[in-house]
Amino acid sequence: EDYHERCVQCSEVNWGLTDGGRFYCRTCHNVTERTREIVSSAVTSNTRIQTISKGLRKLEKNDEGWEWYVCEGFQFVLQKQAEALEALGVCPQMKDEILCNFWRRYLQKSQQAYCDRPAGESIKVLSGYESSTDMESEPERPGLLHLLPLSESDGEPLTDCSFGSSTGRVSESTSACSGSVDGTLHARKNKKDKLRMSMPMTLSFCYMALLWLRESMTLSDLLRFVVEGHIPYLNVFQCFPEKMKLYGLDLKIFCVESWPVYEEVHDKMVHLAAFLELPRFPDITESCFLHPDMLCMKYLMEANLPDELHNWTCRVVKKIHIGEADFLTLVPENKSTRKVKYDVLAAAVIVVVLKLLFLLDDHYEWLLSDFAQERNKNNKEDGPYFEFKKWYKVIKNTLDVEQKKMDEQRAKYLWRCEKPLFYSAKKKSKVLKRRQIVVNLQNQFGKLSGSWQPAEKPNPSSFQFNWSEENTDGSCFHGHSLKGVLQEKCGLLTVMNPDYWLCTVKLCTEKFCGRLAHYRDVDFPQSYHFVLRLFSFLLRIQPSCIHEEVCAIEHKLFNKKLYKKPKHNPGQRK
Amino acid sequence: SHPHKLDFRKSKDMCLGYIQDALLQKQWKRAAEFLTFYIESLEKDFSTEYMGPSEIIWRLGTEILCHCLHNDVKEFNSFIEQMKTLGVKRYLKICLEHAFHLLCNGQIDEAYQSLSSAESWRFGEQTTAQDKELKLIQAYRGLLDYYNWSKQKNVFLEYDKDGFEDLSVEQEMHNSFRKAAVSLKEIIQIPGVWDQFVQCYIDLLEFYGDHEEARQVLNEYAYNSKFPANPNAHVYLYQFLKRHGEPKKSLISVLKILHDIVPSHELMIDFHAMLQKSKKRKKRRLGLEVIFAALDYAGWKENVKAWSCLARQVKQIIISEKHLDWIKQEWNSRKDWWPAFHFSRYLAKQNWQENESLAYEKALVAGILLGKDCKYFKYVSRQGCKDQKKKFRMLKKFVNKHGPVYLRISG
Repeated sequence: EDYHERCVQCSEVNWGLTDGGRFYCRTCHNVTERTREIVSSAVTSNTRIQTISKGLRKLEKNDEGWEWYVCEGFQFVLQKQAEALEALGVCPQMKDEILCNFWRRYLQKSQQAYCDRPAGESIKVLSGYESSTDMESEPERPGLLHLLPLSESDGEPLTDCSFGSSTGRVSESTSACSGSVDGTLHARKNKKDKLRMSMPMTLSFCYMALLWLRESMTLSDLLRFVVEGHIPYLNVFQCFPEKMKLYGLDLKIFCVESWPVYEEVHDKMVHLAAFLELPRFPDITESCFLHPDMLCMKYLMEANLPDELHNWTCRVVKKIHIGEADFLTLVPENKSTRKVKYDVLAAAVIVVVLKLLFLLDDHYEWLLSDFAQERNKNNKEDGPYFEFKKWYKVIKNTLDVEQKKMDEQRAKYLWRCEKPLFYSAKKKSKVLKRRQIVVNLQNQFGKLSGSWQPAEKPNPSSFQFNWSEENTDGSCFHGHSLKGVLQEKCGLLTVMNPDYWLCTVKLCTEKFCGRLAHYRDVDFPQSYHFVLRLFSFLLRIQPSCIHEEVCAIEHKLFNKKLYKKPKHNPGQRK
Repeated sequence: SHPHKLDFRKSKDMCLGYIQDALLQKQWKRAAEFLTFYIESLEKDFSTEYMGPSEIIWRLGTEILCHCLHNDVKEFNSFIEQMKTLGVKRYLKICLEHAFHLLCNGQIDEAYQSLSSAESWRFGEQTTAQDKELKLIQAYRGLLDYYNWSKQKNVFLEYDKDGFEDLSVEQEMHNSFRKAAVSLKEIIQIPGVWDQFVQCYIDLLEFYGDHEEARQVLNEYAYNSKFPANPNAHVYLYQFLKRHGEPKKSLISVLKILHDIVPSHELMIDFHAMLQKSKKRKKRRLGLEVIFAALDYAGWKENVKAWSCLARQVKQIIISEKHLDWIKQEWNSRKDWWPAFHFSRYLAKQNWQENESLAYEKALVAGILLGKDCKYFKYVSRQGCKDQKKKFRMLKKFVNKHGPVYLRISG
């Protein structure tokens, strides 16, 4: 990528790197003689590792494989994840530039590479990354790189390369506990260190890069793709090179036995951004996918709600100013912007709008629905009026069916892969024997139940539910009109419902209990719970997350009313 | 929810739930399907939990295979072999249950082989740890030896009848006998319930004429306090003593204990008969107690023989006018509930319709205990007289004659 000469054959500037480290033209596949002693990007290929190992690494101790460091392992993981994201349609810039630069910066800041070591230890710096020529040649990149602080050793002759602690220190005994050189050290590192590299953190990196590029993928989308298997996460070590042996404590580091949790990944992401001292992220504007207006539109479609509701969501968004770039854009050092979760926010806005129109107190929405039904009978000219009851039936059926499917899929989830793992060489034979037995048994019982196949991976798609207006059974509500539930007042359509109930009168302080509000489904109307359940399913998060956001929005929306009359009794209709 | 429980564990627990649901609904294929996904939990066996995945898979897998395989023995056996390798701590238990499975499928020889090879299994400490299972394996192997002996014996007797003499058959028979006897004797010595083994052992001993040993074994089995209270032990002893013409006194003492443990046992009728024949007053008194006690149980409600025994004894007492207090004593604790239990009008109708003899006997008893105005007696005697049955007329006369008796009884 730093090479900008025109190809002799086709005059293009589009270079790639062969395994042998030579430049070749991607357009006409002309291979040059030009080689790189040092690879330009840490993340683009295995070449780097091989080059390093061939030239500089202690080779093949007892045929056990290379020495490798934990962060190299994570580098592989990130690489694979980035490739998968690219296959899903994310722009290549993410992999080639953004992600790898974030990673480099992280390594530097956490003193695992690219930096000075405390006095006394030998300084080893990876070559080629810090050279100022890199930065100057790409002015149109977002302003990240030029803020990358230079290492003090910049300019020194670059010879050796290695990661992490000086190799001399790592003794034979520690490497026996893990395939990686510093596995023990890594595993024992302060567990409270939020930013200790871990598998969930890899997703934080990915999401951070996606956010920087403002890609059309929310965090919940990303995590869903992970669980569905489109993005390497579970058993990703299968793609490590053969010689990178994994055992002992490496297993604790690289093997996951839990699906990633939204809040954990998000939390790590914002802390990571602050740690890396990143500047303000690119603005989230109205035309961005992540803007509430856009996401609301998407979720309304998925939830099979009338398009007309979009007007209402936009109004709410505008009223409480959550559509503004300053509110939405992540500024790592600013704690308030760190709390914004775009998908949850959009879902919560829709919930609030539904509450505004339908009240959702287990009475009014049904009354209103009957009312709309009546009006529908006489309704000849307009399109059908939206009836809550009908919508509820359709959605409930679908949701129940899908939830059941999802539960069965989770029960059928296969965690183990063909590459067996073991804690130590002693246990190897036992583990292999076990694996053999497991495979035999799986075949035996698989035959009994018909063809034995793990659940098929669903095709990756941004939409989980698809409702088509061509359905003649009337199960698509997009085009339905809200006129049935609105009334005319002064020439405008307003809500018939004059009341509203707040989810909570007082927000908690996050400092004390970590949350703004708490949710127990028995405390709230069933319709409200149903709506939360719907979005909880779509976003694959707990209903309480959405509920919390709803509370926050309501407090902004009714701010004046709330704080003007403190005597008002909570929970009652106002 | 448990934040510390990893999703791996949670999803396997969920999977197990699906397997169990499917089994309860007899959806074998569905159970097999989910079991397939559960199996990988073997690769992380939480041995701190009470029932680890390997035991679960063994038990559930056996159930599923039983229903899905329809006698594919090879398939089943290969599954069992894998289960054995998975859990050495459970090795003998698996062998034993496998043998049961084979026996249920009529594969006696295979079961025998399996038990024999299990008997010779040795695995360091595990051998002593699984001592109980080993003993059971030996015992069941002994039982199968008995079974073989039994077959051989029949062949031998056939030959004998026809005048043949076949040394090899006799030899085999003796071999089986010896093997069986040793194992059976061993297991019976351990306190427990060994009904089947005892019976087989006694059969062996009796055939070879070792009555002394048989008697001793049965006595031990019935009277050794270390053994759990077992009505059958007394039954076997009784039957043995009866077979060998023991005096009534011994028989009665055995059955007395049986009566104490299981008043509703079917042998109570025999017991009553023996007691009635006795000259001793005490015994006859006991007889009344025995028969009343038996009829306390719902299972005896329609037992004609029992009712006729009671009727007979009660009639005798009434006629002799001696020992009315016996009846009074027995009736005292029953007068509150027997009328509704045995002598309701509904039952009168039902008994009359279904079984006249039953109705007759019961009516007699009712008439005596409750007087001629009781619902049961009135209905049955009226029906009987309507049909002009002689014995019912006699019955009516009898009860009318001894009418006041009931007053003294129930007084």
